Order: sequence, then C-alpha cells, then structure tokens
Amino acid sequence: MAGFSILSAIVFIPIIAGVLLLFMNPKQRDLIRGVAITAAAVMLALSAVVFFSFNNLIADRGGYQQETFYTEGDKLQIDASIGESAGTALYAEALRYEERIPWLTSLGIYYHMGVDGLTAPMILLTGMVTVAGVLISWNITDRQREFYAFFMLLVAGVYGVFMAVDIFVLFFFYELAIFPMYLLIAGWGWVKLREYASMKLTLYILIGSVVALVGILALYFTAAEFFQGEGAPILTAAIESELLPADSQPFSFSMVQLTLAAENGAFDIPFLGDVTLAKFWFPFIFIGFAVLAGVFPFHNWSPDGHVAAPTAVSMIHAGVLMKLGAYAALRTGVQLMPEAAQVHLPWIVFLTLINVVYGALIAFRQRDFKYVIGFSSVSHMGLVSMGWATMNLTGMTGAGLQMFSHGAMTALFFGCVGMVYDRAHTRDIPSLGGFIKKMPWVGFAFIVGGLTSMGMPGLSGFMAEFPIFQGMWEASENVVLRIGLFELTNYYTILVILAALGIVITAAYVLRVTSQVFFGEFNAEKYPEVGDIAIQDRVILLLLGTPLVILGIYPAIMAPMISTGLMPILQLLSGGM
Amino acid sequence: MMVDFNSVDFLPWLVPVGPLLAFLIISLATNRAKPEPASSLVYGGFRPPYGDLGVPVATSWSRILSITVGISGVVMSLLVSWRLVFTATATKDFGEVVFGSSVDWLSLGSLPAFQMGVLVDPLNSAMLFMVPLAVLCIFIYSIGYMAHDPRQSRFFALISLFAGAMLTLVVADNLLLLFVGWEVMGLCSYLLIGFWYEKDTAYKAAIKAFTTTRVADVLMLLGIAYLYAETGTLSFREILYNPAVLEALAGKEALLFGGFGLSAAGLIGIFLVIGTIGKSAQFPLHLWLPDAMQGPTPVSAMIHAAAMVSAGIYAILRMYPVFAAGGDPHHGIFTAPLLLMAVVGAFTALFAATMAVAQNDVKAVLAYSTISQLGFMMAALGIGAYIAAAFHLITHAFFKALLFMASGSVIHAMEHGEHHAHEHHAPAHGIGGGADPHDAHSHDAHAEHGHDAHHDAHDSHAFDPQDMRNMGGLDKKIPVTYWTFLAGGLSLAGFPLITAGFWSKDEILADAWLGTTEGFGPHALVFVMLAVAAFMTAFYTMRQIGLTFKGEARTEPAQHAGLGGQYDIISQTMQLPLIILTPFALFAGFVGVPKDFPIFGSIFASEHNPFKYFVIESLHPVLHFEAPAFNWFPVLVSFAVALGGIYLGYRMYWVKPLKAGEEDPMIKILGGDLYTTLQRRYYMDELYVLLFVQPSQWISRQVNEFVDKGIIDSVLHGIARFFTWVGDLTKVLNAWLIDGVGDGIPRWIFQAGGWLRGAQTGKVQQYLLVVLIAAVVIGVIFALTAGAVTAQ
Repeated sequence: MAGFSILSAIVFIPIIAGVLLLFMNPKQRDLIRGVAITAAAVMLALSAVVFFSFNNLIADRGGYQQETFYTEGDKLQIDASIGESAGTALYAEALRYEERIPWLTSLGIYYHMGVDGLTAPMILLTGMVTVAGVLISWNITDRQREFYAFFMLLVAGVYGVFMAVDIFVLFFFYELAIFPMYLLIAGWGWVKLREYASMKLTLYILIGSVVALVGILALYFTAAEFFQGEGAPILTAAIESELLPADSQPFSFSMVQLTLAAENGAFDIPFLGDVTLAKFWFPFIFIGFAVLAGVFPFHNWSPDGHVAAPTAVSMIHAGVLMKLGAYAALRTGVQLMPEAAQVHLPWIVFLTLINVVYGALIAFRQRDFKYVIGFSSVSHMGLVSMGWATMNLTGMTGAGLQMFSHGAMTALFFGCVGMVYDRAHTRDIPSLGGFIKKMPWVGFAFIVGGLTSMGMPGLSGFMAEFPIFQGMWEASENVVLRIGLFELTNYYTILVILAALGIVITAAYVLRVTSQVFFGEFNAEKYPEVGDIAIQDRVILLLLGTPLVILGIYPAIMAPMISTGLMPILQLLSGGM
Repeated sequence: MMVDFNSVDFLPWLVPVGPLLAFLIISLATNRAKPEPASSLVYGGFRPPYGDLGVPVATSWSRILSITVGISGVVMSLLVSWRLVFTATATKDFGEVVFGSSVDWLSLGSLPAFQMGVLVDPLNSAMLFMVPLAVLCIFIYSIGYMAHDPRQSRFFALISLFAGAMLTLVVADNLLLLFVGWEVMGLCSYLLIGFWYEKDTAYKAAIKAFTTTRVADVLMLLGIAYLYAETGTLSFREILYNPAVLEALAGKEALLFGGFGLSAAGLIGIFLVIGTIGKSAQFPLHLWLPDAMQGPTPVSAMIHAAAMVSAGIYAILRMYPVFAAGGDPHHGIFTAPLLLMAVVGAFTALFAATMAVAQNDVKAVLAYSTISQLGFMMAALGIGAYIAAAFHLITHAFFKALLFMASGSVIHAMEHGEHHAHEHHAPAHGIGGGADPHDAHSHDAHAEHGHDAHHDAHDSHAFDPQDMRNMGGLDKKIPVTYWTFLAGGLSLAGFPLITAGFWSKDEILADAWLGTTEGFGPHALVFVMLAVAAFMTAFYTMRQIGLTFKGEARTEPAQHAGLGGQYDIISQTMQLPLIILTPFALFAGFVGVPKDFPIFGSIFASEHNPFKYFVIESLHPVLHFEAPAFNWFPVLVSFAVALGGIYLGYRMYWVKPLKAGEEDPMIKILGGDLYTTLQRRYYMDELYVLLFVQPSQWISRQVNEFVDKGIIDSVLHGIARFFTWVGDLTKVLNAWLIDGVGDGIPRWIFQAGGWLRGAQTGKVQQYLLVVLIAAVVIGVIFALTAGAVTAQ
C-alpha cells in the first residue's frame, strides 16, 4: 500500500488543484486555465493507465473465461468454513489497485479504494469528460477561477464514488459531488432557469441519497449484529483465509464484508411480517440511488438540470454523474441484496421501460436543443437500468457498455449544443438551420453521436443495446413477477419489443434535430457570428467521438472487462436463486 | 492463424476493403473544397438564398483524385469478387465446401467467443458476380452525372461506403455482420437521398427512408437477439447448414404467441421478414422508396438495383432455412413466415404495379416497378421457389440498374434541352444571362443538371424535366439511351425467350403453378397475382417507353434534348455503363434455363439448369428440392401476359403517340378518380400521417405536457408548496410559540424575580416547606422511573 498509489492520486489531484485555484489571482487567466487543463490531463492520463493496465491484468490471468477466473487465484478456493463466499471472493479478487487506510476505525470506516472491471471504464470516461469539460469552459469570463475550482471538486467526488470500496466513503464522495454541482448550476447556469433547476436537482438527489443511506445503515447494523453473533466464525475464517484484512471487526462499511454478510443470509431476517430486511430495504436503496440515474418518475430534475447547467457541467452531469446513480444502485442494491433484487427488479423493469419510451417521446416534442438531449439521456439511462434488470451476464454487460457509451455520447452532444449556442445565442431548434455549412466538425460530430444514440452498428450504442435486448430475451423465461397471488411470466419479450420502439423514436428525434439544426438553409444575416470552431473544440469532439467508433468496431476492448466486474454480482444472484 | 491472402479462404475479407478504404481516403484526404460565393456559377443549380456566403466547392484536382480513388476501390472489389466466383464455379462440391475464415471477436464470461468472419458460398457467389459489376457501372456513370456538383468528392466517398457496406453484407458469415452492412447501407441511403440537403423535399425524403426502414430494422434486430439467445451463435453455417439446430428451433415454442402454435423459428422468421419488408420496400412499409428518388440518379440505381433493396431479399434468401424450418412449402406445409412472405409479396407485386401504371414521372414508374418486382421475389420465397427468387434478384438488378441510369440520361438530356431552349427565348433568364452563349451552353446545362427533381424550386415556369408528358420523340435525340432503355424495358416486361426477365419470371410462375396443381392455396394466390402483375408490368413499361421516346417532341426542351455531343466526356461516361449492362439485361437469363425447356433447354442447359445446380448447394442437402417438371401452361401464361401487356402498351402509346397538349389516354379509360387515386399512391401517405404521424405526435405532446409537466411536475410543485406552507406555519408558530417562549422566559424570570423578591421573606419555615415539596416530587419521579425500569 505504500508508495505511489494511483487511485489516491486521481482523487486528490482535482482536490489539490481546486484548492490551489481558489488562491490564485483571478486576473491571471492563462495560469488558471493552465492549472485546470494540466490537472485534467494528468487525471486523464492516470485514468487511462488504470484502464489499460487493468486490461493487461486480466489478460495475464489467461483469458477472460469464467472457468479460469474461478480456478486461478488462491482466494477463490472456497473454504467451507467461510460459509457461502464464492461471490464475495470473486468480488475481492476482482478489485485492483486497492488501498486501505484507517479512517474512523471505531465505526469500521476505512478509506478503502479499488477498481474492478465495472468501474475501470467509468474511471476512463470521467477522465475524458473532465478534459472535455475544462476545454469547453476555456472562454468563460465570469469568475473562471471559481468555476474551475468547483468543477475540480465535482470531478473528485465523481472519481471517489467509482473507486470507493467502503460504503461510507462512497457516500462521502457522493455528497461531495452534489455540493459543487449546486454551486456551478446556480452560479454559472442559464439565468432563466438556474435557481429553480439547481434547487430541484439538489433536493431530488439529496433526498434519494438520504433514503438510500437509511437503508444502508440498516444493513450495516444488521451485518454487525450478524458478525457478532452467529456469523462470528465466518468472520474469523474470512480473516484467516485473507478474504478480509486482519483488522476487520464486526462493525464495517466495507463492501467486501457486507457482501459476505449478504451472501450468508444476514439480511434475510424477518423485518416486517413476512418481508425480510433485504426485501424491505431494496426498493429504497435501489431507487434512492437510481434517482440520480433518472429513473421514472424521479427523472424530472435531470432535463431541467442539464438545460440550466453551463455546458461543462451538463457534460459531466449527463456523461458521468447519472452513471454514478446506476452504478451505486447496482453495487449497493443488487450486490448486497441479490434475493431481494430478484423479487423487485421484475417490477422495476417497468419503470425502466417507461424511461426509455417516455424520454424519447418527450425529446421528440422539444423545441429547445438542450432539452432534447436532456430527455434523450433519460431515455438512454432507462436502458442501463433495464440491463441491470435482466440479471444475466449478457444484459448486464450491455448495460455496463451503455454506461460508457452513453457517457461519451451525451457529453459529445452537450459539447455540440454548447458550441452551437455559444455562436448562435439561441437553442430554439426551428430558428436554427444549415449550421453544417459553417460548423462542419460540429455537424459531423453530432451526426456520429446521433447515430450512436439510435444504435447504428459500428458505433458503441449498438454494441450496448444489442446485448441488452438479447439479455432481455434470455431473461424472459427465468424472470417471474409475483405480487401476492398474481404471477406474471415471460413478459420481458413484450417489454423488449416496446423498448426497441423507443429506439425508433430516438432515430426520429435525432434526425429531426439534425436536419433542422445542421441541414436546411442557413440564415447568414441572423447569425453573423457563426463560424468554425476553435482548436480546443476539435480536441473535445475527437476525444469524445473516437471512443464511440472504437468501441463500436472492437467492443472486446471493454466488454470482457465489464463482464469480469459483473461476475461476482451474477454469482450472488445465482447463489440466491 | 496464418493469414494468407493467396488462399481463397482469406480472400473474401478483401472484397469490401477496396470501397471502404476509398471512403476513408476520400473523406480524409482527397475531399478538398475551396470556398466560393454561393452566387457563383460553379455552385450547382439549386441555389438557396445564401447570397455571397462562402460555400465549399470541390476543386478539380479533388474531383479527379476522388473519382480515381473511388473507381479503383470498386475495381479492386470486382477483381477479388470475380476471382472468387470463378474459383467457386470450378470447385467440386462447392456448397458443401465453402470459402471462409473467421476471427474471435468478442467473448463474454463463459459464453463461447463470438466469431466474426466471412464466407463465400454458392448463393453469395451469384451476388458477388452481380454487385461489383453493377456498382462499377454506377460509379462510371456518376463521373458524368455528378460532374458539376459542388460536392462530387463527397458523393464518391458516400457511394464508396455504400458499396463497401453492401459487399460486407454479402460476404458476412454471420447475421450480426450482415446487420452491420445492412444498417450502414441504411445510413448511406439517408445521406445520399438527402445529398442535396438544401432541398426541403430531399432531406424529408431522407428522413422518411431512414425512419421507415429503422422501424423494420429494430424488429429485425430483436429477431437476431432472439436467435442468438436461443442458439448461442449467429453463424450462418452453424445455424442454417445444421438440420439439428433448425429442428430444435422449429420444435421450440416461441416466447410470444407460443400458445398459437408459433415456433421459435417462426417468431424469429417473422421478425427477420419484417426487416426485409422495410428494407425491400414491401407493403405496408413501401412508401419511402418512391420518395427516395429525391437523391441523385446514381443513388437511385444503387438503392433500387445493386444494393439496398436487393440486400433485403438477399437476407431472406440467406436465412431461408430458418423460415422453412418445420415446414415444407413444396408439399404444402407452410410456416408462419413463409405465409407472411407469400401474402405480402404477392399483394405488393400487384399493388405497386397498379400505381406504376398512372405515374408521369419517369423515375417514379421505375420506383414502383422495383417495389413490384421485389414483391415477385418475396412471393416466390414464400412458396419455396428459392432458386427462382435468387435468379430474379440477379436479373432484376441488371436490368433495373440499366433502366435507372438510362432514365437519368433522359433527365439529363431534357435539362440540357431546357437550357438550349432558354438561350433562344429567354436570354436574360437566371444565371445564364449575359454569359457568352456558347460557353454558357455547356456550362449552365451541367451546372443545372443533377438537381433534377427540384427544378421548380427556382425556375419561374416550373418546368419538370422528369415528367414524361413533357418528353416525346427522344428516340432520335439520344439513340444510345433509347436502345439500351428499350433492352432494359423489354427485360423488365419479360419479353419472351430473348430477355433475362422472361426466364426469371417464368421460373417463379412455373413453381407457383406446380403448387397450384397440387392444390396449395398460397401457390394459387401467388400464381394469379403475379400473372396479373406481370401483365401490368409489360404494359406500363411500354407506356413509359412510348411516352418518353416515341412520337414528336411535346415541348421545346424535348425538341432540343441531347447529351452534349458525342465526344463529350460526360456523354461518354453516362452512356458507357448503359452499353455494358445491356447484354446482361438481355442474356443473363440463359444461365438459368430449365433443362427440359424445348430447344433452349438443350442449348443452354444440356445437363442441368446451371444456375439452379450451382446455387441450390447453398442449402443443406436435406432442404434440396426438385425443379418443377416442364409444363406448358405457365410458359404460355408467361408468353401471354408479357406479349399481351406489351401489345396493349404498344397500341396505346406507340401507334398513336401522345401529342402536345393531349391528355393521357389512361385517364379516359380508368376515369379521373381512379387515375388520381393510383397516381397519389392510394393516398397512403396521407393515411399514414393520419394513422401514425399525428397520433404519435399527439401522444408525445400529451406525455410532455400532461404527464411530465402536468402530473409529475405538479406533484413536485405541490409538495414544494406544501412544505412552503408548512414552513410558513412553522414561522408563525415560531413567532407565537417559540419566540413567545423564548422571549417569555426572560420576561417570566424577570417577573419571577420580582415575585421571589416577595418570597424571600426571611422566614425559615417557608423555605423548608418548599424544599420538602421539591423532595417529594423528585422522590415520586424516581420511584416511578425505577419501577418502570424494573418492570422491564
């Protein structure tokens, strides 16, 4: 653990840079920009190191096959004395670059970081979007110093959530991200909407996270009680076999330890009548986090927030922050309460379907360029949650890919919108037109993004949606929805057909926007200032557009990694069956 | 794995590489433009009101390089493809032996790795013969046709991508790669139909084409996902050449409608057929194809003949074993997808033919005829006439590519004539005004050309160079076009014995008749519908040729029509492809002559029907079927409908050609209402707007305004108001109670101080009394709480 630890570097660089920025002379704009872009570039480089070396780490293990994953590595020898621990062992084994420093040991809180196959792509995505966000704010004149400082804090929060192995640390960074987000929107946002939107967004997310926190605390205390009582031998055995560190105590926020508790049925104790603790708390925890992923009917903060936010914040918000919700919902919800997931996800999937279709329908109606993208995010994030709800490898891997793909794509979209808005000073779709003539790069990038969002093969959106659809077919025969005596089977097929129609609507609104904004006739008198974009804008478009193509042609760069990250969760789900 | 491109197993990888590389090279390197004021002459004919805004216009060196790169790419494909085809025909047991190789592309968890690969088997050998040839012709044609378009380089990049996607689709060895090519083609069709995006109609047509096919595509994608979920593979050989897998699919109940006896294969098949209905423009998703003519004519040829719509039929041919799994159309056992194809195909064939009869736009007639002919193929596949459908696909591609390019040549000639006419009568008109007449003559005509469909947008007198009523007498002006058009037209009409179209159509009818004699309903339906459609095909083709080329010129532009000189590069590059394709349109049919056909059989098929013998090997031997024995009846029917239609058209439009100002005799025969209904496509566009477009807009409006803003936001705002109210209430309470208490305490203390001052009487008894009371109270409280504690 000693020496240079890459994850901490990634998290603390933005914090240090943010604080440093606050103490700089606001008139030295070049210096401010320089510090911001240097910090962002270093983060991106380190993130890329994490991502690509992670790939090598897996490859060194002799391929991506599940069999090898089970047999190799000493921790995976499932010791009978640890009880049920296959999933936990897989999870512990999947973590890389772990760091663990005592923090509040009396409460079992450790600064415990690590990445697995699911989060490594997210780390890379965050790095990309950060650089893009810094570049697109290059010419902000209003309090640029503070803007970059808050932006850096926001990024630190995002990174922290993806890396946290300790749920307390996860919450810490989660809230750390929300606070600067509020300031950025309220302070630099679109004047007409910023107060309303920033308030709406913050309240939604805070309430969601507080609800989830209560649930997590319930699990924490239950697990502690379990390890003090009947689970004590399991804890001892786990420490002996090095599954858990030697200083582990019954009270712990560590995901590994909580997962071990979950796997051994600690949360399946009666709570409210017949309902077990896990089954009671699952909806609160899952949806509490999924609010940030824009799950219906708690999505309404998101389009308003996106529209009101300055471009860089929209990019990081839709690109990365919404993924935090989806990720945390999976990590804490499904991983800690797999049996409950099998009870609840079969109905939550309806919400995700509504997300997909409903978001697309509303996007189709919007006149404001940015609202179109905002609602399209709602629609696409529905596919991520739908992928979780398949509860099989194919569908969930698709969802993981969708998180990355949508992140890059939507950041690209917001970048394009921002570039058009900066020059045209309006986002009213009908009054724009013919912009591809003046801004060919932006037009082309927008088309690439649009094609990705409508699932064009050869681009990443397709490689994400196809597995999700396929996962839905595969899941159809396994998933049963029971409400009282009412039982519903085999309905995933119908849902997937309806969801696919949502993709058609996506194509319709993307084409509508593309044709109205970029094609058609250009009004030279109305938009005299519209000209081609600057070099840093091109960097943004390339940075965000290229991965869409690479991932679309060669998904093997990411998909196997994601599926190894999902293996523990699948093991828990199948163990629970 | 050693990659050895001398081996035929690796060669298929190279088939699409040429055009794809050309696409990259052109778009990244050779597509260079310099800004020109939009008012400049070099900026094409359709001139939006940009004023002097600088617009990019391809430079001459960029044009030349891009054309060279584009054509080289296609030539490379052609050479590789033909090498494969000739090797294939010389290979023993080709079909059981195939050329192909694959690589591990993606593996997830414990699932077997997804293999991405290429394959050449007899079926796509036939495609590999046709596609690159037709594409090369289209490329050559585009040199001339797009010669003065400001974005010619971009055009070559896009059609290269189009060709590359089609070839990818053809050599794909799995459904996923096929779908990739399929979708990229959809994208190219969008970009190319909307190539002149300044035109409102063009980009609307592009959107329509893209969204319509998209609806079908996502359903097809679901079919693919389902197939993958069921079998764990998408490889053609593993699924289609494997009776065990097919049997399993046919035996399994479908996840949807399984209760109605639908098998998994049936449901997958239906999804895939829907994909083709969209891509190949079958009823009810046919509406996009006629609109697609808003694109430049080479694009129409590409979409209608060589690539896109053929891809739809090809995909069905490819997946045919899945559709037929669990059924046997040759013995009257139909599966759901087969029935769907038979009914949709037969209906579309006839339905589109009726609309073609009443069109006046020279390209529209061809567009509807494409829909109709694709219906022939679809219907043929529905009744199991696998070979006949494949055969018709190939012959149709040749003569339809020919017809489209010839019609483009007609349009070009008309535009040329129009400008010629202007110079004599309206020298001050438009952009040509003031220029040297000689110079402007060629310059203007070409600047105008290419923007054919949208002439009326800027022309004061709205002359339509595509309207056949404006033509007439062109046979003498553009003889090469006339004769090649005639050859293609006769082939389309199925002129007996000497045209390719006859042999392929005849084979479909022969198969349908065989089933009819055995009493199978779908066969009888297909036979009757297709025979009538074939009759109408022959008729409208003759009508088209008669109106366009025969009689006297009906307008002044037609009087002056021409292609701009015999030695003009434009004229040459536009006519050369016509000449190349004509022999194929006429004689390609001889490779598929049935063995026992009198005389011809013994000449062209001494041992066996060569096409059938070759292509049938794509199917697993279990699925092979016998060719129908020769029967006079369908042959006579073919003769009768073709010659009957041709004769009727000849009587109506050749013997008495339309004169200037005369009305189409068709209107009198059909009656104005019916004629208009046909011409307006049975008002289906309007109907779709009413049925789908408006309701979906209504729904999205309701969702947006009623649900999202109305319910969800109202609830939210309601909650906010409630809490604001609670806040206000608290504030009031605060003021009254807390502040009251807070302020009250000091006041009370103050007052109590005054009272205590009174209480400090100095009398010890009083003090003791107070202490006693306090002690009792405290004691009681202690007792109570202790009791409670012990009670616990």
